[in-house]
Amino acid sequence: MRRKSVSYSRFGYMFSLPFILAFLVFSFYPVLYTAVIGFTDMKGVIPKPVHILDNPFGNFTDLILHNTSFRISLTNTALIWILNFIPQVGLALLLTAWFTNQRLKVRGQGAFKVLLYMPNIITASTIAVLFNSLFSYPMGPVNSLFESLGWIDAPVNFLQDKTTARGIVAFIQFWMWYGNTMIILIAGVMGINPALFEAAAIDGANGWQTFMRITLPSLKTIMLYTLITSMIGGLQLFDIPQLFLFGGPDDATLTTSVFIYGQAFKGSYMFNKAAAASMIMFAIAAILSGLLFYLMRDRDASRLKKAQKRIKKAAQAAARGL
Amino acid sequence: MENIRTESRAALHVNRTIVYVVCIALALLSILPFWIMFVNATRSTAEIQSGLSLLPSSHMKTNLDVLLSKSFDPLKGFFNSLIISGFSTICAVYFSSLTAYALVAYNWKLRQAFFTFILLVMMIPAQASAIGFYKFMYQLHWTNSLLPLILPAIAAPAIVFFMRQYLLSMLSIEMVEAARIDGAGELYTFNRIVLPIMVPAIATQAIFAFVASWNNLFMPLILLTQKDKYTLPIMVSLLKGDIYKTEFGSIYMGLALTALPLFVIYFLLSRYIIAGVALGGVKE
Repeated sequence: MRRKSVSYSRFGYMFSLPFILAFLVFSFYPVLYTAVIGFTDMKGVIPKPVHILDNPFGNFTDLILHNTSFRISLTNTALIWILNFIPQVGLALLLTAWFTNQRLKVRGQGAFKVLLYMPNIITASTIAVLFNSLFSYPMGPVNSLFESLGWIDAPVNFLQDKTTARGIVAFIQFWMWYGNTMIILIAGVMGINPALFEAAAIDGANGWQTFMRITLPSLKTIMLYTLITSMIGGLQLFDIPQLFLFGGPDDATLTTSVFIYGQAFKGSYMFNKAAAASMIMFAIAAILSGLLFYLMRDRDASRLKKAQKRIKKAAQAAARGL
Repeated sequence: MENIRTESRAALHVNRTIVYVVCIALALLSILPFWIMFVNATRSTAEIQSGLSLLPSSHMKTNLDVLLSKSFDPLKGFFNSLIISGFSTICAVYFSSLTAYALVAYNWKLRQAFFTFILLVMMIPAQASAIGFYKFMYQLHWTNSLLPLILPAIAAPAIVFFMRQYLLSMLSIEMVEAARIDGAGELYTFNRIVLPIMVPAIATQAIFAFVASWNNLFMPLILLTQKDKYTLPIMVSLLKGDIYKTEFGSIYMGLALTALPLFVIYFLLSRYIIAGVALGGVKE
């Protein structure tokens, strides 16, 4: 009996088509367009002929060498990210160690997880404006609370001080994300082979030793994943600094995204400068994504490929042997 | 021996106390800002100015009236946000599932290359293409349209990645082949047989896609300039403007209204959301 073999491969292309089209139209073309705008003199609301600059990299060199605002925005973005990430991971690790400790048996973990994760789900814009109101001067909830606790003698103008303003933005970011990081890390610990923990317990390891020697090394990949996704997310930090203090006071909370938005859409319409800044940001994100890509590359596929190679070799060897 | 055991039990007791104190403090830290927000939404501006209170007052109606009298239309914002988030979530989960199915069920030449490509573009920040995107939409006369906020969701690489992992473990090719023998078309098989298998994964991804779209500020802010198209996050930015300068009660009321739907969703679905976050992290 002859069986007609049907090739279904064309459906692979067909079913991927909507994704590919949407990607080309709404991501790929805009990225290219942004890159091109970065080399031109496009500015202003009224459309007029746009030219490639005589010095095509003019916008880029201008931004990096002469634009203090842009350089401040890069430093701020990095600073706010570091200020939020270190305590975020520290606290998340501590809670992970506690929640997964077999001897402590912390109760109510479900409720704690729900509450600690909660800020992450609420609109960042709402949170930014809320914190602006909470820290208001001279009479705001935080000022009254700190005064009644005796932590401060006179109301502090948190929103006018560069250090506290930046600190609060970093704190909001920390507060919104440590629950998320904690849940990811706990899931990571759940994935560790229980036999490892049993062996450690039999060998008489205490909680600290078990954590340092077994838990932490096993979490390496997940920690790296968290680190890189957090860096890429931090790079895009927009909602909170934008609505908290519009990047102020005195550019203290001006992040790169707020800078880009300000250049293009807040009266100056410097699309070329904004596009060039976007491209610099894109380059940084691309480098970070590359790192993440190496981390998450398809292990199943590479294993499969290796297995196929082995079979082929074995077959060849067998053929030679015959 | 007995001595050591009681000692270690005492130490465990102390440790446990510390753990609970810290966890409860952190839980309070999560609740308190929102608690103050809801309470202050019911207090008059004078009361808010006079100090902190954790108990609601009776000025909810006044605050609401003042809020609504100044061109703040939360209902309109709510519906705009709902339309954008609803349709973009449907686009994101349906087409991501379809793309994932293409990657798992069919053996095509560019399959591996396409998957690598998806991994590569997973993290492109929206800001990187924002200027070009805006200019492009401006030329199409699509600013102030909801379409540019919905259609890009069709290409959601991270969701494709997740769906692919799920299908790899759940899909049996025998089932697809059985459907073929019964004469089902490929798209019909996907819609009627594969999609139902994917419901748990779709539900998880739908929640996150919806919340992400609902909370998105950047894209709507640059694209929408007409007031009647504003989404809730843009409306929040109005609260910081001059019109409410000293109406603190109304500002809190506005904030509470924008956050309320999310609190409802969160407490209804928190179990799935927490499980989804955990799943997202171990997707290596």
